[in-house]
Amino acid sequence: MPNLVTIHPTNDHALTIQLGDAINPITHQKILSLFQYLQQHPFAGLIDIIPAYNTLTVVYDPITIKNFTGKSQTAAHWVETHIKSILPNIGEQAAAAARQLKVPVCYHPSLAPDIEALAQQHNLTIREVIHLHTTTTYNVYMLGFLPGFPYMASVHERLATPRKPSPRKNVPAGSVGIAGNQTGIYPFASPGGWQLIGQTPLTIFDATKKQPAFFQPGDSVQFYAITIDEFHQTRQP
Amino acid sequence: MSIHIIKAGLADAFYDNGRYGYQHLGVNPGGTMDVAALQTANALVWNPPNEAVLEMHFPAATIHFNQPALIALTGADFTATINQQPIPINTPIAVSEGVELKCTKPLSGARTYLSVSGGFALTPWLNSCSTNLVCQAGGFNGRTLQTGDVVNFKSPINLSPILTQKPFRILPFRASVHQLHHYQNIHILPGNHYHFLTQQSQQNLLSQTFTIAANSNRMGYRLHGTQLSLQHPTNIISSAVTKGTIQLLPSGQLIILMADHQTTGGYPVVGHVPSAFVDALAQCRPTQTIQFALTDFASAEAALTSRHLHLLQLQNACTFRIKPFLTNANGRS
Repeated sequence: MPNLVTIHPTNDHALTIQLGDAINPITHQKILSLFQYLQQHPFAGLIDIIPAYNTLTVVYDPITIKNFTGKSQTAAHWVETHIKSILPNIGEQAAAAARQLKVPVCYHPSLAPDIEALAQQHNLTIREVIHLHTTTTYNVYMLGFLPGFPYMASVHERLATPRKPSPRKNVPAGSVGIAGNQTGIYPFASPGGWQLIGQTPLTIFDATKKQPAFFQPGDSVQFYAITIDEFHQTRQP
Repeated sequence: MSIHIIKAGLADAFYDNGRYGYQHLGVNPGGTMDVAALQTANALVWNPPNEAVLEMHFPAATIHFNQPALIALTGADFTATINQQPIPINTPIAVSEGVELKCTKPLSGARTYLSVSGGFALTPWLNSCSTNLVCQAGGFNGRTLQTGDVVNFKSPINLSPILTQKPFRILPFRASVHQLHHYQNIHILPGNHYHFLTQQSQQNLLSQTFTIAANSNRMGYRLHGTQLSLQHPTNIISSAVTKGTIQLLPSGQLIILMADHQTTGGYPVVGHVPSAFVDALAQCRPTQTIQFALTDFASAEAALTSRHLHLLQLQNACTFRIKPFLTNANGRS
């Protein structure tokens, strides 16, 4: 683990471990190592582990922990001490190999309301936007905002675009967007401010499945372009 | 073995203690807004503490009982009636087939909870019966109740020895809950970005009152009050948030994340409302004002432990009081 580890409470039932203050794949690999270590070696009272860009948050039940720490220390202090004691084990352990996912995206303007303006803004043709978006391999840094919503980075610098000044009221499920240097996919129809440059026919979150989320933190993702006909053929009901 | 929704309320849905173990996939825990009220409702009808209950806002559903049931209402007091007769909250009530439960007027609190002995027959999703409206899963078909819905009970109950042909009977005991809700000041723990606030804003956060805005809901409470500001513009990398996390919005106003919060957020986190105080907050209504007071981890955990012990005592006391009624009724022991 690097020296820049800071630990801070996130309320009376969660603790956040922060590694440095930048977004990069090396830091994220360490976050994932710690995530996987805690999945394999959970402590009593651990109820959720949430990896993000440069943080990992452990959610715990203070009552369970107080049951074995007694009055001598707070549950927050016990969890912090425990996390500090396992950090030295993490450095050696590489995160499990990432899953390589290929995701079809239709960039047809009828499904990509912002692609033309985005291309113009960066002096690119739509073809170039598609080329730049599909030739980069992205890392899924975290899932959040909506169930199964993958925050992926980093898009090519020529595609990086701020969110729309005012969010749309209704973004269709499957929409692929750009926000800053991130790209993401809306699993559900929702209000949203990302620049929409395409749509995938895949179901990104399926509550009927045992593993409902298509993505998980740490996935390696590449997009490939499909035509509007292919989009309608592969679209899952 | 069912209830029939004669008239749906504003947002009636089933929740238990929440769905844990899936936040890394962006699936939030959800669960009842008021956890103490959930556990009280269950204790009163001899259920396990985490059995799913019906959370109702005002106007609440009008409910017809197709079969006898042992029920309790906890949390908000909406002046409930059975067949037009007023009934108390925090008290177990045996109801016979054919009665109608109605909430007539919001007296105090924001959410009422209906439990039935034995529980409602719901399909769990990802280990929880809490309704997730975004995923349309959990609870009753993943949605709020609609007029005409019929929700089954898990098991029948024979209450004829208790009811003796009356339409309903209020059992002779009441849960004491005043210690469970700390209404005066909402205690807060400093958040990771508390010290990013200007001195004046730190002071205002703790000395001013904040009004709960009309567009507050199960996702979050938006507050209206003095605008708070950061010492420097800060770019924050998104990370996990919790129920009770207080974020500073770009407008300078605050939002407190509640049960249906997103799992991650990128706004400055100025504080957190600890678990034991979220219940009180969950019963605050829009236009009500709240004031924050700074606390520390030892006190926050002590408040949670004391809530836990109070609820354990309540469960034991209810079991002791209710057993004689129910062992006669259905042979449970």
